[in-house]
Amino acid sequence: MIGLSVFGELMHGFSAVLEPMNLLWAILGVTLGMLVGILPGIGPALTIALLLPITFNFSDPIGAFIMFAGIYYGAMYGGSTTSILINTPGESASVATAIEGHKMALKGRARAALATAAIGSFVAGTISTVLLTFVAKPIGNLASHFQATDYFAITLLAMVAVTAIIGHSLVRGLLSLVVGLFIGLIGLDSLSGAPRYTFGTLRLLDGIDVVIVIVGLFAIGETLHVASKLRSTPERPAVLEKGRLRTGYLNKSDWGRSWKPWLRGTALGFPFGAIPSGGAEVPTFLSYSIERRQARKKGHDEFGEGAIEGVAGPEAANNASFSGVLVPLLTLGLPTSATAAVMLAAFQIFNVQPGPQLFEDESTLVWTLIASLYIGNLILLIMNLPLIQIWVQVLKVPRPLLYAGILVFACLGVYSLSGSGYEVLMALVIGVVGFFMRKLDFPIAPVVLGVILGPAMEEQFRRSLVISNGDASVFVTRPLSAVIIVLTVLALFVPYLPRIVARLRGTQPTHDRLTFGEDD
Amino acid sequence: MKILVGYVPTPEGEAALTAAATEAELRGASILLLNTSRGDAYIDARYANADELAAAEAKLREHGVEVTIQQAVSEGDVAGALLKAAAAEDVGLIVLGLRRRSPVGKLILGSTAQRVLLESPVPVLAVKVPSPHD
Repeated sequence: MIGLSVFGELMHGFSAVLEPMNLLWAILGVTLGMLVGILPGIGPALTIALLLPITFNFSDPIGAFIMFAGIYYGAMYGGSTTSILINTPGESASVATAIEGHKMALKGRARAALATAAIGSFVAGTISTVLLTFVAKPIGNLASHFQATDYFAITLLAMVAVTAIIGHSLVRGLLSLVVGLFIGLIGLDSLSGAPRYTFGTLRLLDGIDVVIVIVGLFAIGETLHVASKLRSTPERPAVLEKGRLRTGYLNKSDWGRSWKPWLRGTALGFPFGAIPSGGAEVPTFLSYSIERRQARKKGHDEFGEGAIEGVAGPEAANNASFSGVLVPLLTLGLPTSATAAVMLAAFQIFNVQPGPQLFEDESTLVWTLIASLYIGNLILLIMNLPLIQIWVQVLKVPRPLLYAGILVFACLGVYSLSGSGYEVLMALVIGVVGFFMRKLDFPIAPVVLGVILGPAMEEQFRRSLVISNGDASVFVTRPLSAVIIVLTVLALFVPYLPRIVARLRGTQPTHDRLTFGEDD
Repeated sequence: MKILVGYVPTPEGEAALTAAATEAELRGASILLLNTSRGDAYIDARYANADELAAAEAKLREHGVEVTIQQAVSEGDVAGALLKAAAAEDVGLIVLGLRRRSPVGKLILGSTAQRVLLESPVPVLAVKVPSPHD
């Protein structure tokens, strides 16, 4: 009776998440997520990176994970707000929403657009959490049959696939990945204990703390990057039409046109979140184009002038992708987006090892986390619509004050870790490197994946070789590993699919290469 | 001669606009309307949209005054933008709307009006929003 035991454990999780303290973390998390979602340039990865050092002082990791998860999906809710009201996506996951959402707002249907985004997010968030609830443990059990070679292959797949799909240039992405892998190598060799790349200094013997790399790249580097583009013509948010709370601002035809895109968006978002595709960008754009095609087929094509389907679908997709991201993160310890990589670092801080064992060893933590998703989605739905005018006020904050505050907070956080100026300096140097990487169009998500997954991958690689007595063919003779390695190679070609398809059809490609922005 | 009015789509801005129109009629001057924003926040209600600028222009034309409209984001320095416009355009009078500020708010963000009052080489007419009792 798998179903029943899952239900029982979920109920156990609910009872834990409804404790006042955990509920408070959930509310704090989703509120923060909402705010950073609204602010363009500041995303969940940056926010979680900023809060990572503080969580070192938590006695109980559950609160930290509830908060981090809340930030992640809260940002998905918030991102749509700026997309719709001022045509500036708050997050990369909301770029597709801006296309139709802002047109709706200009036509005086801002509230309907916000409502279909929020309700769609809730529906998708809840359905995908149900999927997560029932899928996670079986996949975890499946994963317990994995051997070292499989782990090596799947880690490689995650790194390469995410790198291939993010950014404008594959070569730059791979270079970023190599930088990350290199940083991960610094310190003592885990098997032999020999110092590597320490340049004879004792400081580097422990390696560079993942948290310092993350704070440096995401908090300091990203902030410098957005701050360097400081001046912009201010926008006026679209005026909200008068609406009644009782009907949820959607009229009957809106509901009729929204529910199918919500479900289709969920169906896209969840699996795409679970495979290494960089998070929410791919499914949101897929959902957008599917909804447009559906509308064309039916003949009432409003796309280009504010079609509600174009908001409902992508917004459902980006929220569903979050639960999808949690599947490999919890069951395999595999991050499929930059934000997930930062969350994985949080797991490592608390010495919680995600993977097949997680559901046995830390079942309270996992189920409380999953239960918090149900609660958090509900809180967001309640907070989102009636308070929209208040959320928008954060956009009035003068950006110099905001960025200065983030930088101070980042340095303070790093200092609180070690109490030494050396670590702060290191974070600042990494931040400046991150800034120039962004300036020169090098994606930074692969660096973080490299730093976090690199050491794990190396360990599995060497363990495999030890087991096989140094025979490297083990990676291709075990069918599962071989298949995953083939997939890894194929993943390199995914961005060039449009060109390949066009070549096969004998037509000119419309886009040279699929590109997706940095997941932030 | 020209009269420079610092316009924002708020009651203070409207008060300044009215005063500028009256003054321009009196002196037979034309008006240079400047609307600007520090441009450091994502939304700024003081950066007028097309409708508001058109309404302001119509209001001035009603008074039979000639209007030139300038709108640009000033690099964090609204007072500087006003003073620069005044120097470049042979302006004889600057009209500004004043609003009540808390001492702390002035400490953190400074006061545009105060800087213009102190640094302008030409006379400045500072206008308050008429209180509802008048």
